[in-house]
Amino acid sequence: MPEAHDRPPQQFKLRLRRYDPESGQAPYWDEHTVELEPHRSVLEAVLQARDRFDGSIGIRCSCRQAICGSCGVRVNGEPALACHTHLDAALSGAPEGVIEIEPMGNMPVIKDLIVDMDEVHWKKIQRVTPWLLAKQPVPEREYLVPKESMVDVTQTMACIQCGACVSDCLAMEVDPGFIGPAALAKAYRFVGDPRDAEQHERLNDLAQDPQGIFDCTHCFKCVEACPKDVNPMGQIMRLRRIATSDQHIVDQNNGERHEKAFTGLIKDNGLLWEAELLPRSYGGNSFFGKFHPAAGKELVSSLPSIVKALLRGKVTPAGALKPHKIPGEDLKRVQSIYDRVEGREERYELNLYIAGEDEAAADELVTAGVASGAADTADAQVAEGAASAPGPEGTTSTDPTGPEEGAGSSAPAGEAPSTTAPPEAGTGQDPEIEKTGEEADAVGPGEDGEDTEKGSEG
Amino acid sequence: MKVAYWPGCVSRGFTPELHGSMAKVAPLLDIELVQLDRASCCGAGVIAEHNQELADTLNARTFALAQQVQGADLMMNICSTCQGAQSECQERLDANTEYREHVNSTLAPEGLSYEKGLTNKNFLWLLVEEIGLDALAAKVKQPLTNLRVGPFYGCYIVRPRNRLGIDADHRRDNYLHELIAALGGTVVDYAGMRKCCGFPIITMNKDASLKQAGRHLGDAVDAEADCLVTPCPLCHLNLDLQQPLAERTVGRELNMPVLHLPQLVGLALGLEPKELGMNRHVVRPTSVIDWSTSVVGSAAA
Repeated sequence: MPEAHDRPPQQFKLRLRRYDPESGQAPYWDEHTVELEPHRSVLEAVLQARDRFDGSIGIRCSCRQAICGSCGVRVNGEPALACHTHLDAALSGAPEGVIEIEPMGNMPVIKDLIVDMDEVHWKKIQRVTPWLLAKQPVPEREYLVPKESMVDVTQTMACIQCGACVSDCLAMEVDPGFIGPAALAKAYRFVGDPRDAEQHERLNDLAQDPQGIFDCTHCFKCVEACPKDVNPMGQIMRLRRIATSDQHIVDQNNGERHEKAFTGLIKDNGLLWEAELLPRSYGGNSFFGKFHPAAGKELVSSLPSIVKALLRGKVTPAGALKPHKIPGEDLKRVQSIYDRVEGREERYELNLYIAGEDEAAADELVTAGVASGAADTADAQVAEGAASAPGPEGTTSTDPTGPEEGAGSSAPAGEAPSTTAPPEAGTGQDPEIEKTGEEADAVGPGEDGEDTEKGSEG
Repeated sequence: MKVAYWPGCVSRGFTPELHGSMAKVAPLLDIELVQLDRASCCGAGVIAEHNQELADTLNARTFALAQQVQGADLMMNICSTCQGAQSECQERLDANTEYREHVNSTLAPEGLSYEKGLTNKNFLWLLVEEIGLDALAAKVKQPLTNLRVGPFYGCYIVRPRNRLGIDADHRRDNYLHELIAALGGTVVDYAGMRKCCGFPIITMNKDASLKQAGRHLGDAVDAEADCLVTPCPLCHLNLDLQQPLAERTVGRELNMPVLHLPQLVGLALGLEPKELGMNRHVVRPTSVIDWSTSVVGSAAA
């Protein structure tokens, strides 16, 4: 089969979600058939439909190369950049051979595929004070930062503010006030910046807010949605980790207590003891937690569930009062792991986005992921090919000197070679990723300004 | 087949009927369960949130114990959250030799060591990929004819796709659909089937948490499902145990039974609902009675 870009134009059926709030008409579906080469983008298809059939189709776009973040939409129900989604890929995910294109979720529709980013996304970004509150005195020229510190925040800097994660955030779906994945990832960019003077204040603010870092449901939607591998949920977990373990912030949302109670109960028993976890999450991490007024209040409000569970024999009083434990010898081993790891002077965190996979791991990526199928052999060879292909200079750049500007064109350093990607599409492996930050470690305090200006409506 | 079996914590705590029903179903499918009694909690993402290396080390210990089980083909779990949390740790351990060696050095005093490349599959994946749906269908004694089952996948077993080995050839995010059909049931699609049950924030934002559970259950009611089935005991807690509270939060009656995966399989293989612990759910599986024999009625009573 010829490569996608060698194939001739073919017909693609599009189903577009149309809506004009000012018309008074309900939203409706509109179908058009366009003709394009299969490697062309969904954006090009929509633009062709607009040019040829209906000039009133609304879509926002600018750069057309996955840098500006303007053309976020849903393709077949999944968030995506229209310009970054090939038609053949979109077709393979289309249930009935028709590519479905809708506006993003969680934001009001202005017209058709254009949503109101100001109303939701940008308000939330503003909420986290997305600029450096620099430690004084600020040097007259470059404000130097250790390389590791900048590398640590490069993942959040890769964000192009497209709103795909906001679109699909499941916590925001039920709780629109949740600060959300994009803004919290942006918050980490400054919490993790050693030049910032307000780390504690920022974390305390985000931990105490009922719709802050502890409102994330850990659903991985944003991880999946992000076209730039920012891993917003992972950044939220890092914010929680620093807030609780380093800054010892005890929040009013039970976030810190829950984490402490959970990790503590596993250390004590090896297994979870749910009947004790809940009261401790409200009342504090000790045997007496359940006698705290907050735990009592929670108990009363949960009575309808508790009573039924007891009646059905789902939870027995004896079962609830006694933890299940692993054998004593093993518990000692688990506890010594706790002591050793928690006793380290610095936490050891491996971020695969930055570290990448080592070559040996890439060889066996496929076998580790899906073990049984013999048909995987071919895929394994593809993955191997991707791994051994040397990445061209610069493709794995996480250059800290200009990450916000360069984010769109730089492939994430640690991206695993996809099992389906052809070798040339792989970003290659770069075990010496550290070297990418060699040139300079300086960042101007106001480098975030430009990403607020973008997008043109078409 | 012989598997190193990791039941998790909740299946032995607040959802004992899950662990119990798995034990009943396994022999019917010729699965020999060698339980990993010595292993500790996967951390459910919370320990990783507290300290990533701690979660990775505890799970590496579990993996190492699984690799010591003589003759086991793989490790099997019955909890989506375990699958997701363990897959995340395994991804790091497998990706980086230096890191793996570092973690193994913590396990060394116990004489344990994790070697990369462990296969760890949820029961759902094992059913489809190892046993095969055709082989399973051949064992069905009581097809779920006319039973309208809504799949509830939850999060940890469907996202992120790369980590969980989901691609065009491995539609793991569609396996519940395939399974329900193979057991003779009718699949009911509804909006919330791959959304979050809300459980992780039940102690932090109870209202939002119960709103999530209530909405998905309500969607399933509107789609006229008789029951839901889930591979995740934590989802079961929010969808079943908390359903009386979820009803209050969303202001509507729901009354939607939620089955654990092995329970649904067990019913189709001819086991009695009571043996499968279905009498222990907060929401009685009465809607399942219409389909099944009167024996179900006595279990639910």
